[in-house]
Amino acid sequence: AALKGRLRSQVSAALKEGRITPTELCQRCLALIKSTKFLNAYITVAEETALKQAEESEQRYKRGQPLGILDGIPIAVKDNFNTAGIETTCASNMLKGYISPYNATVVQKLLDQGAVLLGKTNLDEFAMGSGSTDGIFGPVRNPWSYSKQYKEKSVPKSHSEDEESNWVITGGSSGGSAAAVSSFTCFAALGSDTGGSTRNPAAHCGVVGLKPTYGLISRHGLIPLVNSMDVPGILTRCVDDAAVLLGSLAGHDPKDSTTIQDDFKPFELPNLTDFSKLSIGIPKEYHAPGLSSEILALWSKAADLFKNAGAKVVEVSLPHTRYSIVCYHVLCTAEVASNMARFDGLEYGHRSDKKESTESMYAATRREGFNDVVRGRILSGNYFLLKQNYAKYFVKAQKVRRLIANDFVKVFRSGVDILLTPTTLSDAAPYTEFIQEDNRTRSAQDDILTQAANMAGLPAINVPTALSERGLPVGLQFIGRSFQEKQLLTVAKWFEKQVQFPMIQLEEVKRHDNGVFQHQKSASFS
Amino acid sequence: QKVSVRVLDHLEQLALVDFRDSEGVERLQKAIQFADQLHEVNTDGVEPMDSVLEDRCLYLREDDVTEGNCTKDLLENAREKVEEYFVAPPGNIPLPKLEERDTFLQGS
Repeated sequence: AALKGRLRSQVSAALKEGRITPTELCQRCLALIKSTKFLNAYITVAEETALKQAEESEQRYKRGQPLGILDGIPIAVKDNFNTAGIETTCASNMLKGYISPYNATVVQKLLDQGAVLLGKTNLDEFAMGSGSTDGIFGPVRNPWSYSKQYKEKSVPKSHSEDEESNWVITGGSSGGSAAAVSSFTCFAALGSDTGGSTRNPAAHCGVVGLKPTYGLISRHGLIPLVNSMDVPGILTRCVDDAAVLLGSLAGHDPKDSTTIQDDFKPFELPNLTDFSKLSIGIPKEYHAPGLSSEILALWSKAADLFKNAGAKVVEVSLPHTRYSIVCYHVLCTAEVASNMARFDGLEYGHRSDKKESTESMYAATRREGFNDVVRGRILSGNYFLLKQNYAKYFVKAQKVRRLIANDFVKVFRSGVDILLTPTTLSDAAPYTEFIQEDNRTRSAQDDILTQAANMAGLPAINVPTALSERGLPVGLQFIGRSFQEKQLLTVAKWFEKQVQFPMIQLEEVKRHDNGVFQHQKSASFS
Repeated sequence: QKVSVRVLDHLEQLALVDFRDSEGVERLQKAIQFADQLHEVNTDGVEPMDSVLEDRCLYLREDDVTEGNCTKDLLENAREKVEEYFVAPPGNIPLPKLEERDTFLQGS
């Protein structure tokens, strides 16, 4: 089970000892990507360059000089990160065929560590959406749709019909990355998180999704959505792996002036033993309308787990939570209106054939290049930024943002270390059901538990917790203090160990992956 | 309150994207309605927040040239170019007025 190993404790050792080579690892992942093509998780698979990177890594291991834990490790990157020489599309016609001349800083860092870049993953167009259903390459399918666990629980109408019509969404917008990690085609993937885009699909796909503190990881090369909230996200199969990735990505980048200048030291996660000084806050407003009773029960059980271990568990209040979606709606559309202005067809991307005037060419290019969701947000954003609306909407939203951020400050100041909340309102919806509502409505519903952390810039992580009655993953979210990722991940790691989330049972994976190390069978939390 | 055609037209010109159909206009109406909820919140005496890092100083580096000379790479992605120039259609020509534009708003 080479593909199922943990980075620090298993895969790295296996590579060093030569029990498996980077090339073998890369080939297995590439083969698995091919046989799970129906998931539509990848937009571009960089087979040639990946094998070349794997070969180079192998040479380093032979010389006994690997660059680090990530040397030779196959990873995937969401298609809104610039990757030199590899197409970057943002799942939009506007950037179809765009080959970036540079690597995003986070991509460069991974490559410098010897990671093997398998390809670019699918997303909602320009990361706008919560289902990974609205990109030009089509929707991403949740690997759990094809799991033994889900199939056992679903009532088949007829054998051939159920798989085709029953599949569930990954959540979004980093759905491709979540699906790629969940289906074992890579060990880690980069996503982005502006309103929950890493944590939401992580919850639905049963993987760990980390949103770091704003300012910790460079956004240089991440095609921006909301400059004041965007962060690169990390998706892995266990919390420890997320810490490894964080260690190689965090730190000041002179090319991104919004990264803090404090020294960042990569860390290993200790085992949590002393709970006497730990205070967990349960924000009552996160018991949002529409929260499934299953998730509510899991949330409660989780709180008890901490209480029984000796931690202080208290109910807290974040009174402005219910305004975070409205606030986000205004700030996001306003920043989008500004960020999307760069797409005019002149220097890169799609260009219309219209030649009458610069303006008419721009207008036609943008009409042809953007989907309805993107155009809708640009128009709304421009409305809120009109002179007569600016104070009423944009500045007002900025004020509400401060209130939301202050809610968190107050709670953390009162002695709470970590907040425990659900990540999503329910398990993944079937695609046919999801598309009944429009993108904006869905985003408003689905982002409700994740968005506020982006408002306040706080670190947050989804930890897969249990399977729902339908056999689909459900996760819980931990939110920490700014730049206290070590504490956040330490608590998350302990929780992960307690819940023993079951491994996905996928036919395809079984076929491609055979014994390099053992993996444990475990009882599940629910 | 419905947004007037004059404002819709103005938005299309500012944004350089069009509403395409009545659904597009409806979408804007709903977006405004949704945003109006903000006015329920009392924000007296609250300063607007630009960035969560407002308490820190922005990093400024020395004004030295450290990279460049990438003209060729940058021109690679442009569709229309001549030597080292990006080529644009003639500028200073305003978008045609609403009556003459190919936009859904014409029918309103």
